Amino acid sequence: MSGHPGRLATRPGATPGERGRSDGEPAPGPTPRPAKPERDLRDLRVFSGFHLIPCVTGVSRLVAVSLIATEALTKTYGGRVTALSDLTVDVEPGVIGLVGANGAGKSTFIKIMLGLLAPTSGQVRVFGIDPTVEPDKVRLRVGYMPEHDCLPPDVSAAEFVTHLGRISGLPRAAARERASEALRHVGLYEERYRQIGGYSTGMKQRVKLAQALVHDPDLLLLDEPTNGLDPAGRDAMLALIHRIGTEFGISVVVCSHLLGEVERICDSLIAIEGGRLLRAARISAMTEASDVLAVEVAEGVDELATALGKLDMKVSRDGRLLLVELTADDAYDRILQAVADLDLPLHRLDLRRHRVAELFTPREMADV
Amino acid sequence: MSEASVIHDIGYQRYDGPRLGRRAVLGAIYAHGLRAAFGFGRSAKSKIFPWLVFGITILVGVILAAVRAYAGVIPLNYVQYADAMSWLVILFVAVVAPELVSRDMRSGVLPLYFSRPLRAADYLGAKWVALVTAVWLLLGVPQFVMFLGAAFTTKTGMSGVWDELGDLLPAWGYTLIWAVVFASISLLIASLTGKRAFAAGGIVAVFLVTTPIFGVLMSLPSRTAQELAGLASPMMLISGVGTWLFKAGNTGLPVGRFGPVYAIEVVTLVAACLLLLLARYRKVASL
Repeated sequence: MSGHPGRLATRPGATPGERGRSDGEPAPGPTPRPAKPERDLRDLRVFSGFHLIPCVTGVSRLVAVSLIATEALTKTYGGRVTALSDLTVDVEPGVIGLVGANGAGKSTFIKIMLGLLAPTSGQVRVFGIDPTVEPDKVRLRVGYMPEHDCLPPDVSAAEFVTHLGRISGLPRAAARERASEALRHVGLYEERYRQIGGYSTGMKQRVKLAQALVHDPDLLLLDEPTNGLDPAGRDAMLALIHRIGTEFGISVVVCSHLLGEVERICDSLIAIEGGRLLRAARISAMTEASDVLAVEVAEGVDELATALGKLDMKVSRDGRLLLVELTADDAYDRILQAVADLDLPLHRLDLRRHRVAELFTPREMADV
Repeated sequence: MSEASVIHDIGYQRYDGPRLGRRAVLGAIYAHGLRAAFGFGRSAKSKIFPWLVFGITILVGVILAAVRAYAGVIPLNYVQYADAMSWLVILFVAVVAPELVSRDMRSGVLPLYFSRPLRAADYLGAKWVALVTAVWLLLGVPQFVMFLGAAFTTKTGMSGVWDELGDLLPAWGYTLIWAVVFASISLLIASLTGKRAFAAGGIVAVFLVTTPIFGVLMSLPSRTAQELAGLASPMMLISGVGTWLFKAGNTGLPVGRFGPVYAIEVVTLVAACLLLLLARYRKVASL
């Protein structure tokens, strides 16, 4: 999702071109998240770790304090290779992007959360449970989709997902029913009775997702779910993950090395590099105060800059563009007024939402 | 994306039903393994071999029962029957053990198992019991056929049936030893590789290679060496235990007073195999 189209639409004086920008996303992309206060609360109740936190206003509200919490989590292999180093995060329920280059430690983090690996030092809690002590309790409520091929070629998807449902403790009939449901949710219908060996990569990824969903987990850990998919397949997979996170009421951790991909669907983002935490925040916090209006006039750029500066606006130049920080709602009108006063030919007045990627740009450049 | 893979909105339902415990999960893996051993739930191709072997062992059982019914001679008793089928058992485990473990390794399914509330020991235990059951059925069912033949043609009435049952039950126990030893060794070898062909070759090789050692020891002039020769080969090891435990079985292997040694080796061998398997899966499970 490229931002908050709701905000865009309500802004007075938004130009058609501006709306066009927000529609620039591919059509199958996730739809804007509706306001869903009721649903949120109901869905969040599945998480333990609830605390009644008195707000400043004096009204108590339910807050799921943390879905995943780590403290100084460190994992080294053989004392030499450091996969995770001093990672401290506190994640709320929602769709969480776990971003980092290959080898940044994403998969190690997931395996520690599943209790498959023991951390070298530090603490980790999932739903408030320590997976190193009670892995079964965590695993009952978690669905895991590995990065690599994990499907036997010579059974049907229906049978395979049913079997894994039973391994998760579902009774036979329920496992069969939920397997068909899960496969239907990921978009596999009649094909589910065919042997997996004959599936395309996209279908295999869907089966992997279905097996993670079959036991109705409270949290999905998806390791590179868009691996090997074509652009259309990526969009469909991301839309599906977004739906799972919003409509199904299941929190999702999506691992990816492509920031641009996960930022569209995530509520919050954890960026790690070389096992270290680069940044962890809610997307809204990351993009907050980073809305900028780009103004392009054919001539008189300097005059306009001065005029806007006099209006207490923070203006910076970017080539032929003037970038004005959007601090007040009437900024559009005041800029238009300033342009009209100076009688300058206005070419463009755009809202330029900072992509989360820009927050990481210097580091990413350094990495290359 | 093909048209069929369009995502439709049909609403998601959460699951509020019961979640079963460890026993049910073990049962599910066990049932899955036992079905897989005989090719159920798999392609027709993977049914051919197990059922061919099973067909042969049953056929032999039927022939033995028929010979006994019509000619009144007993070519092989229940215990000897198990020994006689040893090569078929080797072939059977060489195909089935890799089907149970190598296949999961090859296709990378294990992370899906071990990210669920399931321990390596549970997984292995269920697979092991499934293979033991499969091998036991392979020999036990024909033995039962032989028993039925004998019971229906006995000339001494009920007491004859009881005598026959008295022969069958120890033989079933003997068959169980076969199943346990073969399942343990073959699962261990199969767990070392994800390639089914290698695993099958390895299993046959282990059982084959030990046979000449047994032959050489048997040809030594020392009686003690001959009595201990069976320890060198898994098949003869089982025969030795049979000789010691089931005197009436008449396996034909002289063990002298070393019977307990054979029994101890069987127990040690099985325990070692299971521990090694567990160690192997501790590593695999944390992948």
